[in-house]
Amino acid sequence: MKNIIHFICNDQEITTELHPATTVLDFVRKNLHLTGTKEGCREGDCGACTVLVGELLDGRVIYKSVNSCLLPVASLHGKHLVTVEGINQKELNPLQHAFVDEGASQCGFCTPGFLMSLTGYFLANDVYSAEEAITSLDGNICRCTGYASIKRSTEKVTAEITMNKNHSSVEKLVELKVLPDYFLGIQKRLTAIPPFINTPTNDVLVSGGTDLFVQQWEKLLSSDVEFLQRDNTESAIRIENDLCFIDARTTISEIKSSASLKKYFPQLANYFQYFGSLPIRNRATVGGNIINASPIGDMTNFLLALDAQVHLNEKDNERVVPLKNFYTGYKQFDKKENEIITSTSFKLPETNSHFNYEKVSKRTFLDIASVNASIYLEEENLQIKNVHLSAGGVAPYPLYLSKTKEFLLKKTISPQLLKQAAEIIEEEISPISDARGSAEYKRLLLRQLFFAHFIKLFPEIISLEEVV
Amino acid sequence: MKNYDMTRHVRGESLFADDFIVPEGTLYASVFDSSIAHGKILSIDISEAEKFPGVKKVILAQDIPGQNQIGGIIQDEPLLAENEVHFCGQPIAIVLAESLLIAREAKKKIKIEYKELTPITDAREAYAKGMLIIPPRIFSNGNVEEAFKHCGVVVEGKIETGAQEHLYLETQGAIAFPTEGNGIKIISSTQGPTATQRAACKVLGLPMHQVEVDVMRLGGGFGGKEDQANAWAAMAAVSAFLIKKTVKLILPRQEDMRMTGKRHPYSADFKMGLSNDGKILAYEVTFFQNAGAAADLSTAILDRTLFHATNSYFVPNVKATGLSCRTNLPPNTAFRGFGGPQAMFTFEAAIQKAADKLGVAASVIQEKNLLKEKDEFHYGQLAENSKAQACWFKAKEKFHFDQIKKNVDTFNTENKIYKKGFACMPICFGISFTNTFMNQAGALVHIYSDGSVGVSTAAVEMGQGVNEKIRLVAAEIFSIDKAKIKVETTNTTRVANTSPTAASSAADLNGKATELACKNLAERLMTFIKEELNFSSSDRIAFRDEQVYCNDRAIGLTWTELIQKAFFTRVNLSAQAHYAVPGIYFDKEKNKGKAFAYYSFGTAVVEVTVDCIRGTYVVDSVKAVHDFGKSFANVIDRGQAEGAIMQGIGWMTMEEIIYNTDGKLLTDALSTYKVPDIHSAPKEIEVHFLENSDNPLGIFNSKAIGEPPLMYGIGTFFALQNAMKAFRPEKEFEFSAPLTPEKVLLSLYKE
Ligand SMILES: Cc1cc2nc3c(=O)[nH]c(=O)nc-3n(C[C@H](O)[C@H](O)[C@H](O)COP(=O)(O)OP(=O)(O)OC[C@H]3O[C@@H](n4cnc5c(N)ncnc54)[C@H](O)[C@@H]3O)c2cc1C
Ligand code: FES
Ligand code: FES
Repeated sequence: MKNIIHFICNDQEITTELHPATTVLDFVRKNLHLTGTKEGCREGDCGACTVLVGELLDGRVIYKSVNSCLLPVASLHGKHLVTVEGINQKELNPLQHAFVDEGASQCGFCTPGFLMSLTGYFLANDVYSAEEAITSLDGNICRCTGYASIKRSTEKVTAEITMNKNHSSVEKLVELKVLPDYFLGIQKRLTAIPPFINTPTNDVLVSGGTDLFVQQWEKLLSSDVEFLQRDNTESAIRIENDLCFIDARTTISEIKSSASLKKYFPQLANYFQYFGSLPIRNRATVGGNIINASPIGDMTNFLLALDAQVHLNEKDNERVVPLKNFYTGYKQFDKKENEIITSTSFKLPETNSHFNYEKVSKRTFLDIASVNASIYLEEENLQIKNVHLSAGGVAPYPLYLSKTKEFLLKKTISPQLLKQAAEIIEEEISPISDARGSAEYKRLLLRQLFFAHFIKLFPEIISLEEVV
Repeated sequence: MKNYDMTRHVRGESLFADDFIVPEGTLYASVFDSSIAHGKILSIDISEAEKFPGVKKVILAQDIPGQNQIGGIIQDEPLLAENEVHFCGQPIAIVLAESLLIAREAKKKIKIEYKELTPITDAREAYAKGMLIIPPRIFSNGNVEEAFKHCGVVVEGKIETGAQEHLYLETQGAIAFPTEGNGIKIISSTQGPTATQRAACKVLGLPMHQVEVDVMRLGGGFGGKEDQANAWAAMAAVSAFLIKKTVKLILPRQEDMRMTGKRHPYSADFKMGLSNDGKILAYEVTFFQNAGAAADLSTAILDRTLFHATNSYFVPNVKATGLSCRTNLPPNTAFRGFGGPQAMFTFEAAIQKAADKLGVAASVIQEKNLLKEKDEFHYGQLAENSKAQACWFKAKEKFHFDQIKKNVDTFNTENKIYKKGFACMPICFGISFTNTFMNQAGALVHIYSDGSVGVSTAAVEMGQGVNEKIRLVAAEIFSIDKAKIKVETTNTTRVANTSPTAASSAADLNGKATELACKNLAERLMTFIKEELNFSSSDRIAFRDEQVYCNDRAIGLTWTELIQKAFFTRVNLSAQAHYAVPGIYFDKEKNKGKAFAYYSFGTAVVEVTVDCIRGTYVVDSVKAVHDFGKSFANVIDRGQAEGAIMQGIGWMTMEEIIYNTDGKLLTDALSTYKVPDIHSAPKEIEVHFLENSDNPLGIFNSKAIGEPPLMYGIGTFFALQNAMKAFRPEKEFEFSAPLTPEKVLLSLYKE
């Protein structure tokens, strides 16, 4: 039996029996003839297809920006999909106005995407700043404007909206004519939609889909797919004594903004701002990142340096594998076919510990790392008590630097020691040349990032001149 | 002041090729392309693909009804490869199916056997093997040999610049509809509707009146759809012609990146001679242009490289040689700047090298050699109305070059890990197609009986705001509300024999044609008023704010009333006009002449900060004084400048096209080919409009703006090198762009 997918698109009630893995991009363009949403790349990298998805949580509709090219239509069930047509009113809204005034749209192909991201920003936040509003556009590429006019219009409209209100609510945004009136009725209409019945399958498991829909969207259309969805009431990140458990379905956005994790990793939001873009982070999950097994995975890099454990489950059979032993080769791991990852856990950092994360890519934001590296370190008077180091982009899978760790243990941090350790790292890695850099570069870069950890964490002891 | 295009864009209501609703039964085309860069096709088997459910037809070279040829300037490019393939991504077959998905799946069933031949991917290697598209081109004046003997310093060196992907956000595409009488109508995302029409006619074997090309707008072009939109339109046309159904062909991003050409990579050898006090006396340069597998626009691009060999400077002795080298890469093509940027980069590299040798800042040499009024270029044209010095000195004063230097020096003494650098970048860019005949345009203006106006021209709207400019021209001449004026699609049946929207000149050429047509109508209407209302021939009739004036007094006749009156009196309310740029010519044998209507000038200063641990960097600011003439559309012109600057920065920094030695594109997706995002935009960008400039040769005294500011981006390269020098003063760095974080780090640390 086919599942009926039921949602609201803009002001319109939609039910469809299309294949659940049909992308929302195709659905709105081809089935609904809403062509304001554009296809620029079909791989989450341009933002021309950005839409908003609103979901009920505690009686409120919470909106997030997502890439419709990577979004299965099934994930819309019970939700509110907003395309650019859905924010149009008789007159231009303040955002649209600002774009026109400043010339923030030239060829116009990227424009609906930008406006959706910006609308998403105003919907998703309570307090606004121009800087953050601009940052919310990190998933949108514009090839024409050079962004200056986009920044100007964003600054202008943020100031305008901030002046007029200090608390976000759909009502206020409707009052300011940022949103059309029908938004007021959405919450009630969503409550009326019956839940979706997910058919368990052994074929393909989709979590955020940010990996699957890039690699194999065509294949998915002829597969049985099962969607991993987390009930909004379940808590994604749980702290128990000195352990932290992260549900595999937790999104990178949830990690980035987690108040409980921030206590232990004050720089957390800075680290994860380099992960994809906001719409990608809104969908990408921890479990997907682990199974994606990309050598430069950013979540896995972070987790490896915390010596995290992977919790696997198959029909209630639990198994726990240290992440550092999980990978066995390129895209190969210690997982049985039908096992799923339920969560990952790690020991919380000791109070006197240090943590650092580094990522270098050709473009600083929304780019896959050339090399990334994390360190967790406990020391006493500079003597290393415990250390975990991870490195990405230098091996067929996310790498835990075990030899370097052995070498560093119990030694005292000094420029000399780091230079020696860098030589051990050299032996532990096997980078290859590709579009993200030559092998020679990746070797050099990892050495530099290793030094960067210490220059950042121990600026009094380690300076750049002394190590290079 | 409402800009109509933008108003539609922000509502998502603008239609692009992929957005048009197509008739039921439309077929979708997918292009099967070569997986090798060079080889003979031994066999091709399409039987499995044709049997694939939902597939209607697979088209091969032999099915083409007309000539299998789409070469523009030189006839060396088949639409579909027949016996040999010359680049990875070269189209071989077209699969037509009920959906794109089916067509793409079926494509995988095509079996092909090749005999592989060794590909050439490097321009110098191609040159060594005699693979030139045309014989060497040489532009020269004076006597460089002799001049070098009298120079205080002579420097020699080499540069490399990389390819650049256009990355128009809207990929290439077209829809072809069979029309009655065996004709075809094409909706295409092309910058050159006539060129697209010609290409389609050639492959269909039809006269031009049988093929209509219509262009609504483009989601960006940047030169990438000047010549290279033709293939996809021609394929859609051949398909529709053969199968008698509407055919839609929109390239998916990765196929677009793989199958289309890019900005030409250049390698060049330069030699510059100067007096001891920094006056440039002689410059010799040889450009190795990597043209790819077919000529495309390479020869015209090469010419522009030679024109701009000395950038914004006067050099008495010049010898510039251009070699267009045939390789096994996709045919490289027009890209904003059209060969100019590569030339200017080379000249700036030579200045930098000379400055290092003389122990002065590059800006000292730059300032000393800027073009003065009526200085002669090496191809014989004089720099008239030169604003090179005006822009430089305005920038120097306004942006405080001295203070920038002080700040940078202080920062660099205080910081060990981060280093700052800055560079100045003057530019001079000639406005006109360098092929003289192309400098023409047409306009067709209808005034409808209700007073509303429709304007058709040869210009294609692709984000550069040309529609809005044309609307302003018509509104100004009729003095009516812009809302009364509609700029129509660009259509070969309304305006024929058009030049592509390129060379920054569309607003000038089509604006002037519109001006002529509107003035023609206005005069006709004025004569009518005089006759009808019995004014004397010496009375001065004028249109002001939708009212008719006689001798500066409103006569109580509105625009709409006038038009109705005129219509009922059987006045012709339509006008067509043609504009050809006066006074330009170029002798292609002697390589001398007045190639350009005028020049565009400016100076920018670029500041950067480099992280010397990680090799990463940020562009802190780009500040420019630019000569816009008298801009009559500030928002549009500023936007063009800012966008071009960003593209120039991208070309110099992160945009890296990598082919492996087999000629396969490794950076074939947005995940591997990175263009600037909002975070990589300069933290500060300031574009100052040079005051007191005008330009009778541009529309309403303005200057063309599309391309020139891109070249400010070149300053980024030298600013980065200057920052790197602050960290490693002892090292000499290569002039190899793009200067990616990888190259920065390796140059800082590699021994
Ligand atoms: C534009 C873009 C930018 C990106 N940038 C980054 C980046 O900066 N850093 C980075 O690390 N990654 C990046 N990625 C990759 C991707 O987003 C991440 O790997 C993400 O974490 C994948 O999660 P997902 O939930 O979307 O995976 P999905 O696509 O849903 O799934 C990926 C794989 O994991 C399997 N899977 C998912 N969850 C489970 C589970 N619980 N148990 C068992 N199997 C499971 C799926 O079956 C599938 O095989 C980017 C991707 C895109 C498209
Ligand atoms: S189409 Fe580019 S991000 Fe979706
Ligand atoms: S306006 Fe053309 S891509 Fe942004």
